[in-house]
Amino acid sequence: MTPAHAGAGAEPGRGPALLSLTEATVRFPGGPALDGVDLEVAEHEIVCVLGPSGSGKSTLLRAVAGLQPLDSGRVLLEGRDQARVPAHQRGVGLMFQDHQLFPQRDVGRNVAFGLQTRAVPRDQRELRVRELLELVGLPGAGRRAVASLSGGEQQRVALARALAPRPRLLMLDEPLGQLDRSLRERLVVELRELFDELGTTVLAVTHDQGEAFALADRVVVMREGRIAQAGSPLEVWQRPADAFVARFLGFDNVVDATVSGEVADTAWGKVPVPDGSAQGAQTLLVRPAGVRLVPAKEGLRCRVAARTFRGTHVAVHLQPTDAPRLEAACGLRDAPAVGDAVGVVFDPDEVVVLG
Amino acid sequence: MAVAGPEVAAAERQPGPSAGDRTKRGWRGSAARLGLMALPVAFFAVFFAYPVSAIVSRGLRTDGAWHFGRFADVLSDPGILGVLWFTTWQALASTALTLLIALPAAYVFARFTFPGKQVLRAVVTVPFVLPTVVVGSAFLAVLGRGGLLDELWGLRLDTSVWAILLAHVFFNYAVVVRTVGGLWSQLDPRQEEAARMLGASRIAAWRKVTLPALGPAVAAAALMVFLFTFTSFGVVKILGGPAFSTLEVEIYRQTAQLLALDTAAVLTMVQFAAVGSILAVHAWTVRRRESALRLVDAAHTARRPRGAGQWALLGGVLLTVVLLILVPLGVLVERSFNTSTGYATTYYRELTSQEGGAFLVPPIDAIGNSLQYALAATVIAVVIGGLAATALTRRAGRLVRGFDALLMLPLGVSAVTVGFGFLIALDEPPLDLRASWILVPLAQALVGVPFVVRTMLPVLRAVDVRLREAAAVLGASPWRVWREVDLPLVRRALLVAAGFAFAVSLGEFGATVFIARSDNPTLPVAVATLLGRAGELNYGQAMALSTLLMLVCAVSLLLLERIRTDRTGEF
Repeated sequence: MTPAHAGAGAEPGRGPALLSLTEATVRFPGGPALDGVDLEVAEHEIVCVLGPSGSGKSTLLRAVAGLQPLDSGRVLLEGRDQARVPAHQRGVGLMFQDHQLFPQRDVGRNVAFGLQTRAVPRDQRELRVRELLELVGLPGAGRRAVASLSGGEQQRVALARALAPRPRLLMLDEPLGQLDRSLRERLVVELRELFDELGTTVLAVTHDQGEAFALADRVVVMREGRIAQAGSPLEVWQRPADAFVARFLGFDNVVDATVSGEVADTAWGKVPVPDGSAQGAQTLLVRPAGVRLVPAKEGLRCRVAARTFRGTHVAVHLQPTDAPRLEAACGLRDAPAVGDAVGVVFDPDEVVVLG
Repeated sequence: MAVAGPEVAAAERQPGPSAGDRTKRGWRGSAARLGLMALPVAFFAVFFAYPVSAIVSRGLRTDGAWHFGRFADVLSDPGILGVLWFTTWQALASTALTLLIALPAAYVFARFTFPGKQVLRAVVTVPFVLPTVVVGSAFLAVLGRGGLLDELWGLRLDTSVWAILLAHVFFNYAVVVRTVGGLWSQLDPRQEEAARMLGASRIAAWRKVTLPALGPAVAAAALMVFLFTFTSFGVVKILGGPAFSTLEVEIYRQTAQLLALDTAAVLTMVQFAAVGSILAVHAWTVRRRESALRLVDAAHTARRPRGAGQWALLGGVLLTVVLLILVPLGVLVERSFNTSTGYATTYYRELTSQEGGAFLVPPIDAIGNSLQYALAATVIAVVIGGLAATALTRRAGRLVRGFDALLMLPLGVSAVTVGFGFLIALDEPPLDLRASWILVPLAQALVGVPFVVRTMLPVLRAVDVRLREAAAVLGASPWRVWREVDLPLVRRALLVAAGFAFAVSLGEFGATVFIARSDNPTLPVAVATLLGRAGELNYGQAMALSTLLMLVCAVSLLLLERIRTDRTGEF
């Protein structure tokens, strides 16, 4: 799979595209923030845009929201061009990175805001606010001051506020960015369940791959304003499109290689590659699970530089004599100690020739 | 219980010290507050309350007995009632008009970047520091007989109230632009974006999200404008003619022309009461609206205008500035060169000569005097006002709130009264400052302090309490907390406040005219003296000196703007 036909469009059978961007471009003084982006989001689909900071993912959301005008290209919602539709009439919701709750309003009046602008009668409004606060797990918090909320509670209120007017598309900018890890992991599951239950169409951006994989039906990786790869979490995880995506996903064993037949020539010596791999000058990814430790006399000779406990396994950082470092995943009991000399061989099943 | 055990035991073991600590800290807190308030209170007692009470007692006391019957006499006079009514409604109208015209400009200054923004910011502030007499003359030259509009279209407004209202807007435009715009530029624009994503139009988002956050600043600005226009003196005196007179003009007339000190004293107290009640209302609204705002760096909130509407708004604001501010100032400059024999620098050359002049010294010396006085007054105002604002930031009871209102009073009391009071109260033991140069800066600082407090307080109050707590936990003393946490955040506000104090001091006229010595005149006093004399040469010199004053102000303000961006660029 190459970036050019990375399949950013909705796949057939998913239903009509609710959101579609064609050649969307936004130029900032420092360079393009969005560079010819094509993207489709189908109804009821949850799409996560993943990328490092400065990759243009927030600009993407702002362009869809109508807060950032496009320099060229189009944004279509349900097939209709949004160029002349102001932000407040697009019927999309946006949850801001730092929530942007209104400090002068209490929790209930924050959630009610989007209903007031749509002139929902008072009794229905109150009903809906109560319902939403229950939905996000804050029943009876309506009269609380925003300033008295914890980070997680603020996040829930922001979510309730964004959901209240029933937007046709809900966008989340780093939805869990400021929360602590365990809360984040719990909330990601809650969000996923909630969106499945409500059938919400979601476009989220995050820099956290764990969050993206847990939340999304489809992941879009961005780099410097362009889409580097798009696909299901499994596809992206198993076959990163290029060295950038692989490194961004946390894989460090990436190396230049010359492939001939079923063997690649690398700085780490000969590495076996799967059948039918592309030939010639390529970039190779070796997953940590594919780095097997053997006695020092066999294979590539390395010294153990560091080891970190990862719960299910131990990540062992290996320093070959004159080659880049390697990361290996070892069982909890048989991991070598720091300073040990070990040998390394490679498992072709865990080696990927990147595009 | 087993788990909680150790903690409970520890808490029980040392009940005494911790409780004692708390009391001690509470006591130390209020002691610190009293310490902060001591200097401003003493300053106001000696240089404000004492002179004002001196003038009041001189007016209402004869032969050791009070004559309160004067109140009824004065207040049943239909002429006085007319003055009261006019004073009130023209102040309301001026305030409303100023807000209407200046709020869009506050928005433009806060949210847009455009070439020449700094120069423009200084330009709109210039009117505020001009002597009121000069503004009156400039508007007369535009709107009056033989004025610009008269020459062009045969239109004269000097006999209508519009001349007064427009001159008031001209004066107070900067108050709104700077007070409201300063806070506005630090409000996170994404708050409005969040509202727009929830279906609010641009205007609705502004009304529901930004306006409540701006509320205290708008109220503060409106209050200032109302007080200035309520106590307007020079403008009304020149443009009002015999038809329109404010309380202040009436007090001056009663004091200086009719020598009716008792009537003037009654009117002073009426003005006092009116101003007091306005301030009480203000304190109440501010208290109701206080909320911790999320302030962000102003450098990131402004951007280039986008779309026809925003460019049109910017264009409209620029056009307003040109018509309302540049045209009168331009006419002023034009008059300073316009001699009977064509354009020449005659008037400027005359400023350096002593021949047959109105003063003991060349008029040009007034520039140096004015700068020295204004600098001293700024230092005093910033120290007193800064201490007061810091004391007011810590929320506390009635005492502090009363203190807040007290600080605003000099704004409402007629400057004429203050000047006259200085003259009769500080000229004999125990406090004889008659011969001291500090007298003028003290009077000017008195007028400058409320600006410092009003500008700094909204920002100081909006500083997140947790930042102070974080610093305190790290071992910082209250003074250090202020220096490390508050000061960097409020430096911008502090500089704006200092600029205001400087500008107000430079242009102060009503009080200074009583106490500046004739061998050390300030610029406004020199201008007024020249204007008061007949002859084309004196008028021309007044215009020339006003032009110089305008330049001095513009240059000082430009320097200030530069410091401001240099220093505040990094946070």
